[in-house]
Amino acid sequence: MSGLLLLIQYTLIFSAVLILVALGGMFSERSGIINLGLEGIMVFGAMAGAMVMVLLPSDASRFTIIVLTLLASAAAGMLSSLLIAVACINFKADQTLIGTAVNMLATAAATVIIKAFNTVRSNGADFSAKLDYVRGHDAFVFYIGKLQISWFIVVAAILLVCAIVFFYKTKLALRIRACGEHPQAADSVGINVYAMRYIGVLMSGFLGGLGGIIYICAANSTWHFDYGVAGAGFLALAVMIFGQWKPERIAWSAVLFALFRSLSNVYMGIGFLHALPISGTVYNMFPYIVSLIVLAFTSQNSRAPKAEGIPYDKGQR
Amino acid sequence: MQTKESFFKRPGVQTLLASVLCAVLGIIIGFIILWFMNAEHASEGMGAILTNFFKYRVASSKTLMKYMGSFLVNSVPVILCAEAILFAYKAGLFNIGAAGQYAVGIIASLYTSLALGWNWFFCLLAAIVAGGIWGLIAGIFKAYFNVNEVIAGIMLNWIGLYICNIILGGEACMNQSKSETYEISEVNPSGLLPGFMQDFFGGNQYMTIAIPLTIIVAIVILVVLNKTTFGYELKATGHNKEAAKYAGMNAKRNIMLTLLISGAIAGMAAGLFYLTGIEHYKIASSVPGMGFTGIAVAFLGGLNPIGTIFAGLFVEYITLGGQYLNTNYYNPQVADLMIAIIIYLCGFVLFFKTILNRPGKVKVNANAEPANTAKKEV
Repeated sequence: MSGLLLLIQYTLIFSAVLILVALGGMFSERSGIINLGLEGIMVFGAMAGAMVMVLLPSDASRFTIIVLTLLASAAAGMLSSLLIAVACINFKADQTLIGTAVNMLATAAATVIIKAFNTVRSNGADFSAKLDYVRGHDAFVFYIGKLQISWFIVVAAILLVCAIVFFYKTKLALRIRACGEHPQAADSVGINVYAMRYIGVLMSGFLGGLGGIIYICAANSTWHFDYGVAGAGFLALAVMIFGQWKPERIAWSAVLFALFRSLSNVYMGIGFLHALPISGTVYNMFPYIVSLIVLAFTSQNSRAPKAEGIPYDKGQR
Repeated sequence: MQTKESFFKRPGVQTLLASVLCAVLGIIIGFIILWFMNAEHASEGMGAILTNFFKYRVASSKTLMKYMGSFLVNSVPVILCAEAILFAYKAGLFNIGAAGQYAVGIIASLYTSLALGWNWFFCLLAAIVAGGIWGLIAGIFKAYFNVNEVIAGIMLNWIGLYICNIILGGEACMNQSKSETYEISEVNPSGLLPGFMQDFFGGNQYMTIAIPLTIIVAIVILVVLNKTTFGYELKATGHNKEAAKYAGMNAKRNIMLTLLISGAIAGMAAGLFYLTGIEHYKIASSVPGMGFTGIAVAFLGGLNPIGTIFAGLFVEYITLGGQYLNTNYYNPQVADLMIAIIIYLCGFVLFFKTILNRPGKVKVNANAEPANTAKKEV
């Protein structure tokens, strides 16, 4: 039974991560910018949040820890998303290239920064790219019955509701979506395409940064930053496509993907799965294989935002 | 003045200029980062990265050539992965799956060599075929199921990595006590690539035919892209898929063929690297970075097969330079950071070219020789 509880717990955590990051990707792509750098944004967000948790004094209240960590992660995510926004919106750079560059930049920068950070804090005794934040991790945990739940999941749920309302009920979201479909038409009715795309990318930075800290902190109390976030950002992109760029569908597909992702973490604890003659690595492959197959069946009618990936040029017809 | 202007307007020159600018800017920013980490030793650190293995020139020319050989061997996979990505990019496909194709290339080459004891030629062939199949899978998903090749590639990267861990982690290939794959030279010497100019490179045993093969592949890609109907079709599909379709080109076939070839090159990259015996496979928890560095190198090389060779050498040189940093003050990842910055800057190449090509803004001699500008426009 505890195995099942663990499965639920992990599924909730991964759902929270995937929902937030995939929503981020959605807002960015809806505005017309393919954000392949989500993985990198997550790393930056995770790094900032983890550093805040380590640096806060030991008598900081739970509330302070939670708020400051989330703020730091979101801010770092937004700052790093500016790297994408400036290059892709103002300088019309190749969006796939810039996304890849941001991913590489994030892992390298996080490793360098955390190593330098550790070296300074330990007076040269600790060269590792590892951070321990047990206290920070514990601050986010509370229990419902036997089920361990993290405040992160609550935050993610609130943000999901906000995103759905924002996406369908506000003028701003409609404008962002217009810029992803036909920016010239949007411009002709007085919408500032560049501003809308900036908003889209910054929202992806905000959500991606939060997703990053949840990914490393909700289930772990220590993280090696030389690994980045191990493909979670890319998985979120698959969730976004499977969710057809719509928030409520993204939520459902995120739960599905999260379930498969969690199996690799908890299959040991579930009797009949553990008994199967399958190595743990196979479970690691599961979410990727499933997403490929699922995408194969759903992509035929998939409708990506029409203008995504194309830099907006005012002079072009 | 006239000749100089037209010189800078040539696309080839502009690409070269842009790439060099990116590299120089990247080095400058790298220096600033070093300075922030430890101001005192910054110039010494940058010196170490840039001097690199040339510091052995004091020892003896033989040592220097030996290190030079290892540097060349290490550049091979980076260059070939970049060629794979470039080839697909010319056809309008972003083969981010090169990392996975590289991973299955490692599986095929090492498994056939270590577990099956095949001859090097067939091991290399297996790597090429495996990479090609992995690329073809992404191509089929793209052509028949409309799955974006970037997403399919990313998923296949992770699947490839885990399969690699399962197969090569088995007892047949991996020395369980050292947790890395066996030495090919001990288990199956016939599985090693034949040597090439080893004496010239200070008796470097890893110098193999991988190096000339890499150059040949680059030239073949150049010829195929520029001189054949097939290459023309690929480029046409890349420029405008609908138009190419209208002109009677088989878009589906071209997509699959492109990714097949691209994957085969990436698989070959793995084969040509691991079959030299210079590197052992260890269980990895992240996708081989080669595929992503390849993207960088392809763009830094101005998306030209020959330019890519030089870009690959440069990137490998900087990466290698990171290991020469004094670890008391810096960590080697600074070099990776520099490379990432250089790639990021590559995104601005288009902007740079637009500035160079901006028409009619000849400030210096606009009133002195008005005839000049008129002539230029003809």
